[in-house]
Amino acid sequence: MWVFLITEVMFFGGMFLAYIVYRAAYPDIFALASSSLNVYIGAANTAVLLCSSFTMVLGVRAAQLGRQKALAINIVLTLLLGFVFLGVKAFEWREKFIEHHVPGPSFHFAGVAMQGPAQLFFSLYFAMTGLHALHMVVGAGIMTWLLINSIRGKYTAEYMTPVDIGGLYWHFVDIIWIFLFPLFYLIDRHLK
Amino acid sequence: MTTAVAKEQENYLNNSYGLKSWLLTRDHKRIALLYMATITLFFFIGGAFATLIRVELLTPQGDLVSSDIYNRLFTMHGIMMIFFFLIPSIPATLGNFLIPMMIGARDLAFPRINLLSWYLLVVGGLFALFAMLAGGVDTGWTFYTPYSTTYSNSWVIATALGIFVAGFSSILTGLNFIVTIHRMRAPGMTWFRMPLFVWAHYATSVIQVLGTPVIAVTIILVFCERVFHIGIFDPALGGDPVLFQHLFWFYSHPAVYIMILPAMGVISELISTFSRKAIFGYHFVAGSSMAIAVFGFLVWGHHLFVSTQSVYAGLVFSFLSYAVAIPSAIKVFNWTATLYKGSVSFETPMLYAFGFIGLFTIGGLTGLFVASLGIDVHVTDTYFVVAHFHYIMVGGAIMAFLGGLHFWWPKITGRMYPEQWARLSAVIIFVGFNFTFFPQFILGYLGMPRRYHVYPPEFQVLHVMSTLGASVLAVGYLLPMVYLAWSWKYGPLAGPNPYRATGLEWKTASPPPLHNFDRLPVVTREAYDYSTVPEEVTSVG
Repeated sequence: MWVFLITEVMFFGGMFLAYIVYRAAYPDIFALASSSLNVYIGAANTAVLLCSSFTMVLGVRAAQLGRQKALAINIVLTLLLGFVFLGVKAFEWREKFIEHHVPGPSFHFAGVAMQGPAQLFFSLYFAMTGLHALHMVVGAGIMTWLLINSIRGKYTAEYMTPVDIGGLYWHFVDIIWIFLFPLFYLIDRHLK
Repeated sequence: MTTAVAKEQENYLNNSYGLKSWLLTRDHKRIALLYMATITLFFFIGGAFATLIRVELLTPQGDLVSSDIYNRLFTMHGIMMIFFFLIPSIPATLGNFLIPMMIGARDLAFPRINLLSWYLLVVGGLFALFAMLAGGVDTGWTFYTPYSTTYSNSWVIATALGIFVAGFSSILTGLNFIVTIHRMRAPGMTWFRMPLFVWAHYATSVIQVLGTPVIAVTIILVFCERVFHIGIFDPALGGDPVLFQHLFWFYSHPAVYIMILPAMGVISELISTFSRKAIFGYHFVAGSSMAIAVFGFLVWGHHLFVSTQSVYAGLVFSFLSYAVAIPSAIKVFNWTATLYKGSVSFETPMLYAFGFIGLFTIGGLTGLFVASLGIDVHVTDTYFVVAHFHYIMVGGAIMAFLGGLHFWWPKITGRMYPEQWARLSAVIIFVGFNFTFFPQFILGYLGMPRRYHVYPPEFQVLHVMSTLGASVLAVGYLLPMVYLAWSWKYGPLAGPNPYRATGLEWKTASPPPLHNFDRLPVVTREAYDYSTVPEEVTSVG
């Protein structure tokens, strides 16, 4: 799983590179576009994901101690928090759609002369949070599979490897969001 | 050699029959054969495109095909050959088959992921084939923006999706190999007792795992650009087409090391066996594989010398590109030193190995020519570059693949191929190859651009020579298809170790039993230990 996660770092890394290049090219427009994102919702979502990672850690610990019920409960909590995150994300995207900030023919960002760089910001926003959300959906699938198996009592203190590596994957998806949140929501926020 | 006993022994080929036993197998040896069939098909499709290209280039006018069709021909030749033949070739066939045996394991770490890798290659290939049958892509295999994202009206997305899926095949194979080599070596098989073939594949796997995701994300960005017009590579919307080139080559340069490192691993095995001597400087050869993997990630900018990249960056990349040649040179010197005072014999695999050393050296040295900023400005996008990379990929990698295929053929099939036909084919390939591609160095230097099918008449002589060479080369590639297939049914039975080589794979029967070893070996000797000459074993316990 560690090797796979390294490939995931390279995978997201390409998009991070594009972000770096274009933010360096258009710092002001990026800052302006960033301020149009709702930082409170973003922060709340961040807290949700961090809590979900916490419950996952509790689940892994429960598995190590052979406590089946605690394991199942914690996986359920992790799943629920994950779904909360995805739901909030969907809400945010809908808001963006209403504001005409979705790249495409009806894109319009008020307050800038050149629409291009603003569209670039939002393209990267949707591409990267979208890719992240996709990984969360996969993660939810993994959690569901772990949940089913843990209810069936498949994981003991001796054999809890799938819980371990499932947890690794979940933490990784969480960490990607930890990077995405400041890069998209907090540009020059401290200057306001 | 007892024939009757060997015929009745249960091995991985006869332990179960039927389509399902192949399509749902978890046996790394069967999966290797599945890959072999698949990549052979892709090779001949890519070869068909090459044939059309070379026939068109017989005349200076564009008479066989229109320019649009010609664009599609060279694009699809490149895509088929690189993504669907060369990148999987040695790792997925010989690597899959041999690595577990070479380290004394019963299978790879994740057999089902191994099977999934094969299916991903097939699905990706089918996507690309569909795109080709529907009309093809005309962007060049490098699908530079903004042509590929904005202006091309060919099947870019379908082809790109095919490459995307095949990329995951590559990543998973690399992941499998890394975990296997780390965790499943037999007792006594320390890192520095592993065959250099395994070291080469370890380095290759590291590149596959680190590099392929970058082209995956690049393809996603091209997809988004093409479908949603987001402007990431479009200057009109604030984007930068050179960003694509950076992202693309960040993978595609290491990709060429994915293609050559396994070949070098094969050559180490061949040189050692047919000189009956340990590879000179084993540690250096192992280390140079890792060095190539690392340095290979630092040189992508040498594809961007004329792309508006700064001269300063060009200087740095040029210097690093010279540096990356050093580990390759170390290998060539060590192979040569291995031959010194060795007991050299000229069986078919050794002929291929010698061919490799000669042609790879030429290809590698011309790589230094193009790594030099000044020369590259003159020869970039000419046939010089085409000749350079074909010398390495065809003269190097494919010759090593054929050499390895012949070397391990008795292990894989339990039969020997007809030696004289095989030697003849090797010579035909060598001659045909040089007649095809050496004129292209001259053509390129004189100014013949690549990807052009209309050219000044004074280049025709060299083009005709190249096409004639290609015809000979084609014969050389078709012959093994025939005699290898023939030998599978009618060739003489081979024992466990017909070449009296070292290596754990030779200590088990030919073909091997399902679980490779009846008893897992314990390793006490160094690699390539020819001090006690392995006898030709007639039966295996």
